[in-house]
Amino acid sequence: MSEYVIEMLNITKEFPGIKANDNITLQLKHGEVHALLGENGAGKSTLMSVLFGLYQPEAGVIKKDGKEVKINNPNDANALHIGMVHQHFKLVEIFTVLDNIILGAEPNKMGFLKKAEARKKVLELSEKYGLQVDPDAKIEDISVGMQQRVEILKMLYRDNEILIFDEPTAVLTPQEIDELMEIMRNFTKEGKSILFITHKLNEIMAVADRCTVLRKGKYMGTVDIKNTTKEELSRMMVGRDVKFEVDKEPQKLGDVVLDVQHVTVPSKLHSNNAVKDVSFQVRAGEIVCLAGIEGNGQTQFVYALTGLDKMSHGKITMLGHDITRAKIRERSKLGMSHIPEDRHKHGLVLDFTLEQNLVLQRYWQPEFQKYGFIKNAEVRKYAERLIRENDIRSGQGPITTVRSMSGGNQQKAIVAREIDKNPELLVAVQPTRGLDVGAIEGVHKQLVAQRDAGKAVLLVSLELEEVMSVPDRILVMYEGEIVGEFDPKKTTVQELGLYMAGAKNMYRDVEKKGGAEA
Amino acid sequence: MIVLADVISSTIVFAVPLLLVAMGGMFSERSGIINIALEGIMIIGALMGCLMMRWLDPLVTNGQLGAQLGMLIATLFSGVCGLVFSVLLAFASINLKADQTIGGTALNMLAPALAIVLTWVVQGQGQTTILIPTWSRITEANFGLTLENGSFIQALLFKNFYLTTILTIFLFAIAVILMYKTKFGLRLRSCGEHPQAAASVGINVFKMRYAGVLISGFLGGIGGLAFTLAAGSGFQSSVAGYGFLALAVMIFGNWKPWSILGASLFFALFKVIGAYASSIPFMPQFKELEGTSSYLWPMLPYIITMILLVLTSKKSRAPKAEGIPYDKGMR
Repeated sequence: MSEYVIEMLNITKEFPGIKANDNITLQLKHGEVHALLGENGAGKSTLMSVLFGLYQPEAGVIKKDGKEVKINNPNDANALHIGMVHQHFKLVEIFTVLDNIILGAEPNKMGFLKKAEARKKVLELSEKYGLQVDPDAKIEDISVGMQQRVEILKMLYRDNEILIFDEPTAVLTPQEIDELMEIMRNFTKEGKSILFITHKLNEIMAVADRCTVLRKGKYMGTVDIKNTTKEELSRMMVGRDVKFEVDKEPQKLGDVVLDVQHVTVPSKLHSNNAVKDVSFQVRAGEIVCLAGIEGNGQTQFVYALTGLDKMSHGKITMLGHDITRAKIRERSKLGMSHIPEDRHKHGLVLDFTLEQNLVLQRYWQPEFQKYGFIKNAEVRKYAERLIRENDIRSGQGPITTVRSMSGGNQQKAIVAREIDKNPELLVAVQPTRGLDVGAIEGVHKQLVAQRDAGKAVLLVSLELEEVMSVPDRILVMYEGEIVGEFDPKKTTVQELGLYMAGAKNMYRDVEKKGGAEA
Repeated sequence: MIVLADVISSTIVFAVPLLLVAMGGMFSERSGIINIALEGIMIIGALMGCLMMRWLDPLVTNGQLGAQLGMLIATLFSGVCGLVFSVLLAFASINLKADQTIGGTALNMLAPALAIVLTWVVQGQGQTTILIPTWSRITEANFGLTLENGSFIQALLFKNFYLTTILTIFLFAIAVILMYKTKFGLRLRSCGEHPQAAASVGINVFKMRYAGVLISGFLGGIGGLAFTLAAGSGFQSSVAGYGFLALAVMIFGNWKPWSILGASLFFALFKVIGAYASSIPFMPQFKELEGTSSYLWPMLPYIITMILLVLTSKKSRAPKAEGIPYDKGMR
């Protein structure tokens, strides 16, 4: 028997105009956790899609147990016992957990489903591996953590031996991440092999045996985790030294810029309120972070704050002006800038050019228009300046269609536009979502520069590393309420996790003390 | 009492095409393809079914072919023709990834034109109506019964009784089982909700969507014939907007078979109340609105459709991926 369970040798995969994978080799040993590390666009997902049969490589071979195999579609991968938990879960929301698990591998007699049999097998697996799920719950009603357990059960149900996890921790709480790591270790004890795609170095150091690094589609090498450090890995990944700490000047607190009082926002999904009686202040010269797990009302709160949606109760004051009912343009003129959560939906007009997007907050100013006619030469000059100053990379400069740009450069464009407005209050919602280490460093620098220049910054983040390193104050949101306020220097990730999961509340006793004592 | 029997039997006979066509729409949309071409598919089905009856007419009147066997042939023929017509929609929206609404609209414009041309070709210039032979109806004589013409039982059971009614009950049962108890149904529904998820577990989204559209073509074709039989006055290259009404029924029925059954009975009832209002003693007759009163009641089903859709559309939940061409690369 070969030492390796899966070998991908000299894989090359091209897309029009780009080599996504250029001569990449990846060898997975029996019973190991093998991390695949790389920035966005380094080719990790492409490589895994090749292994999973979604793409066919132009060159290279795949071997299973030393024998060459062809994987033309997910069915072939499944037959070789390769399973994958995708980064964006592949679950049908209105189906039950059970239906999702059996979909595509339904036990049946003449086409009629045999659900009782399926249920038995799923419950056995769920018990054996400690993956608790309710087989009859609908996906749309269960937590993200449980959805991930469903995805894992899908692989186990198909008796997969090679498990691919594509950025599995992005959506989990710290406690859930620990659980997942434990589950992964259990799998390897049983002889299953795991491929773990991530760009979070801490997790690799914690759980992986070996790590293969990709950069811009090229193979950078494979290292033993025992003999390496975070710094070395990040250098391999980015090609230069990356700083993990954020440098900040001593704080110079100024006046209150934003005053939020008792804001309540009704939910569009259920009769309960999405945001419940939220009050806080942000002063000049500080970064306040609204932390929490996705879907706990942060989005709705930001919508109310920035004027994208209405609130039912409460009052928002900015620099002494009541902006509770102000129009978006009025808020913008008062000095509010917004880096939106969904950059495609609220940040950019994807089919406009880069220069049009860059001038989107200012085209109505006399500098850029006369009698309603846009001064194209001025727009071009302005765009060229922002592109130069912010190192926004694109195919054709100002006239590039934004849709064709990479996510990191799209985000750079939004950040450049919003900060160039010289705002008094910068609302940055998940500004580093989907960005790689180098780009994250850049965005963090700009947020801190705003703070150091005496501006107020409200950061909404799901990333714990960001929550711990960037802000001066942390507010934790759970189910639409603020449940705690922390100084990042005096708290721990574990403590924040308990509040984020609703196990603790600073302002109220919590009945269910689930993880509190554990 | 006779009026009551009339109302019940007419309701059923008008509910049949709505149910068939709305079920067809359900199969197509739950596989992810918006089928706005149902109107056109109905027209094609009705046209071909009526032509088949016309061709079979000599055989049946000579006694060489049983009347209801002839009906079965005509019904299946209209279903098959609807299916063939729906291939156009499937090809445009699945293979070519065309906009499904525009593709469907094009078919809706093509169908009546094609129907008029074919009617003239077969019947001669100017002959725009294909008459329906009298043997299409199932009467008490088929069961060897003799009932007094105009009696309650006769009006209830045999005034509007066609083979399509029986067939529809069977097709409905099959549809419910197919949708919820089989591998096929589970896979079809997953393609309309999250085709990328379906593909990731090895389901061929193209095939499932083809299946959805073709089933809708078959049911839509039969529905067209069922409507023409219900309307009674022969085929005139139109199904009077029933394809669109069926879409409304499908939405009102929340893309679920049992709700669609309820919705089609409900709409048919209002259609029939509209038609019979003048002969029901306690209904207001709007006599003071001279000249227009005869149009008020027939508007009823359409007005109710609009009101109900406005009231219920917030709660109804369309298949999430419907209308979006499947793209392998999308997440």
